[in-house]
Amino acid sequence: MAALNEEQTMIRDQAKSWVAEQAPVRNFREVRDSGAELAFAPKTWQGMVDMGWTGIIIPEEFGGSDLGYLTFGLVLEETGRHLTASPLFASALVGASAILLGGNEAIKQAVLPGIVSGEQIVTLALEEGPRHKPEATALPAVKSSAGFKLNGNKTFVAEGMAATSYIVPARTSGKAGDANGITLFLVDADTKGVSRNPMHMIDCRGYANVSFANVEVDAGNILGELEQGLMVLEPVLDRARAGLCAEMHGTAAQAFDMALDYLKTRVQFGQVIGSFQALGHRAADLYTAKELTRSCFEAALKAIDDGADDAPEMVAMSKARVGQFLRDMSDQVIQIHGGIGMTDEFDAGFYLKRARTLETAYGNQAYHRDRYATLLGF
Amino acid sequence: MSEDLTAFRSEVSDWLKASFPTSLKGKAAEIVEASSERDGLKGDALAWRKALAAKGYGAPTWPTEYGGAGLSHPEAKVVGEEMAKVGAINPMIILTGMGITMVGPTVLEYGTDEQKAKHLPGIASGEVRWCLGLSEPNAGSDLASLSTKAVLDGDNIVLNGQKVWTSGADKSDWCGAVVRTNPDAKKRDGISFVMLTMDQVGVETRPIKLISGSSPFCETFFNDALAEKADLLGKQNDGWSVVKRLLQHERQSQTSARSTSGKSEPLQDMAKRFVGTDEAGRLDDPDLRSRITTHLMDSRLHSLTVDRITAEARGNVEVSAAASILKNSATNVAQIRAELHMEIAGSQGLGWDGDEFGSAELENVRNWLFGKAMSIYGGSSEVQKNIISKNILGLPETTQKG
Repeated sequence: MAALNEEQTMIRDQAKSWVAEQAPVRNFREVRDSGAELAFAPKTWQGMVDMGWTGIIIPEEFGGSDLGYLTFGLVLEETGRHLTASPLFASALVGASAILLGGNEAIKQAVLPGIVSGEQIVTLALEEGPRHKPEATALPAVKSSAGFKLNGNKTFVAEGMAATSYIVPARTSGKAGDANGITLFLVDADTKGVSRNPMHMIDCRGYANVSFANVEVDAGNILGELEQGLMVLEPVLDRARAGLCAEMHGTAAQAFDMALDYLKTRVQFGQVIGSFQALGHRAADLYTAKELTRSCFEAALKAIDDGADDAPEMVAMSKARVGQFLRDMSDQVIQIHGGIGMTDEFDAGFYLKRARTLETAYGNQAYHRDRYATLLGF
Repeated sequence: MSEDLTAFRSEVSDWLKASFPTSLKGKAAEIVEASSERDGLKGDALAWRKALAAKGYGAPTWPTEYGGAGLSHPEAKVVGEEMAKVGAINPMIILTGMGITMVGPTVLEYGTDEQKAKHLPGIASGEVRWCLGLSEPNAGSDLASLSTKAVLDGDNIVLNGQKVWTSGADKSDWCGAVVRTNPDAKKRDGISFVMLTMDQVGVETRPIKLISGSSPFCETFFNDALAEKADLLGKQNDGWSVVKRLLQHERQSQTSARSTSGKSEPLQDMAKRFVGTDEAGRLDDPDLRSRITTHLMDSRLHSLTVDRITAEARGNVEVSAAASILKNSATNVAQIRAELHMEIAGSQGLGWDGDEFGSAELENVRNWLFGKAMSIYGGSSEVQKNIISKNILGLPETTQKG
């Protein structure tokens, strides 16, 4: 744990107990079993709003507490531990970051208080295919009398079913792959021509396929500069990735605790299985990875809070290395539990499934290794 | 950390300006090398050693009465940072062998006032070199099964037996040896820790030539070697607790993954030189590029973790449970770096000596070979994992008994 101030310690402790009591994995199981389209419990979401988590990165003038990304990460670690489903990350971190970095004063006034109150759920509708590649954005936005007209599909949109508006990177010039020519639009989900369908992914979260058919967007709803959307999108994505790393580490840390507990209680051959050196050493390796990766995601969140120049490097490193730890840990929580780990009745499978969607989101390990090397000039 | 160290920092900086000979700037490698020899320091380097000793900055956290400067850990960190700024190094760490890093802290904790007064000032001033007699031919990872015998004889203790992997024994003035004083007790209960001089007829040392060509370790033979009873550290037959502490200090001293030559070319630059790049500036070997990237990340993760654990301890960096993690992580980083270094250079990285090979290439070959010892000495990687699983994770004793 980074050296925390009093406020951060309080928020972390509060998050720890609230999530464990009010939003444990069994609640997630209930939501999954119910097949609810939103894929989260409105009561859980309201509880988060009531605790002020939706305003952690939002300035006080818009109703937030402006405590920064490291503080947000402390909360995400805890929701990650218990797989708590909600739009907290998608809207109050990713959506809010895009508005903060790219929105003009009018947009901030119109949207940020709504994100804090939970009435608005603003999510990033970026991906157009299965592999993360922001500059490959192709969805055309063509100038029209009213502003711009959008046509095309966005897919794997997190909390896409619950969203009240979307942040849509679209191509206003050039071709897919060009860094220039991408523009970010804020699009109300109720706008004529917007339609959405749920996508059923392994982790049972509220993903959607969102279609835009001749959707008219006012030029006043552009975030950042025309054609220069990547200038806003890249730092927004880094904030999103750093937040994901906190959640991923929490998920992996809980899986570690579950496995360790089992190693201490499961008896075979007349002794607890944790006494076998093969398993003791594996636990030691996983614990070592847990401690090493904790340092990097905390450093990444702090780099963002500090506006450090090397924040992109720190984020790429974290997404790659925390990703590897989560992958290993989610495999091992099943392996160490043996047969029981394979049953749907036991929670380990939830961790494995969530691990893969988190690892894939906003660039997998290979993506971020490539990015890190590029940032370092090789 | 709330205390303001600004005033102290400028005090240290002023002292360095007055005391650190400018002729030594950029000569760190030479000083390290000279320090590894007996009486190797001459001229300005010797003057610098004496200036450090007079100020107590050779062992800054030790009490002033024993040759230290009585500084807090945050203050000592400032001294280190200011020294690094002007290119000064503390040669005492090398000059005293195991003195500064392991013997001193353990004597501070377990020694009587007489023992502290006798042994610590010579270490703090860099004048007395120490080795440690721990491992034996039949007691490596299972150190507690050691069999070197020690018998009390009036005011003396008589030692008989053999130690191995004794670092710098052939160059040391004193040895801290772990010996069996009660052969009838359970194996961890009959052990004592005793300090003895190396310059006596009953002690013989033979350097061991390693695969790297160097001989940093010795075999050490005790044939009726004599120690004074007053040099028993800790209680008789309670030496195992002293040894455990000593080994914690050892792990703590082995958590750095830094390469020995601090100014070596970054791996990615070296790779570009040997392998070339594509039109986008990417290394022309995607597999190597990916592995170098992972290594660079892990290297950074390691130093971030050292920083984080130091910060969490709020300057109180006494032996911590995390040392086993850091020792294994440091080993991985250093060993993989050496392997990548060799792989990048191809056949040119495999030279043993001669003019066809650059000094950096030859140095790396030796570092690579010697680096294989990192996962063995100071408690092998497997022993560290036993410590992590047992002491940190609370798993039951692993299958080894004893």
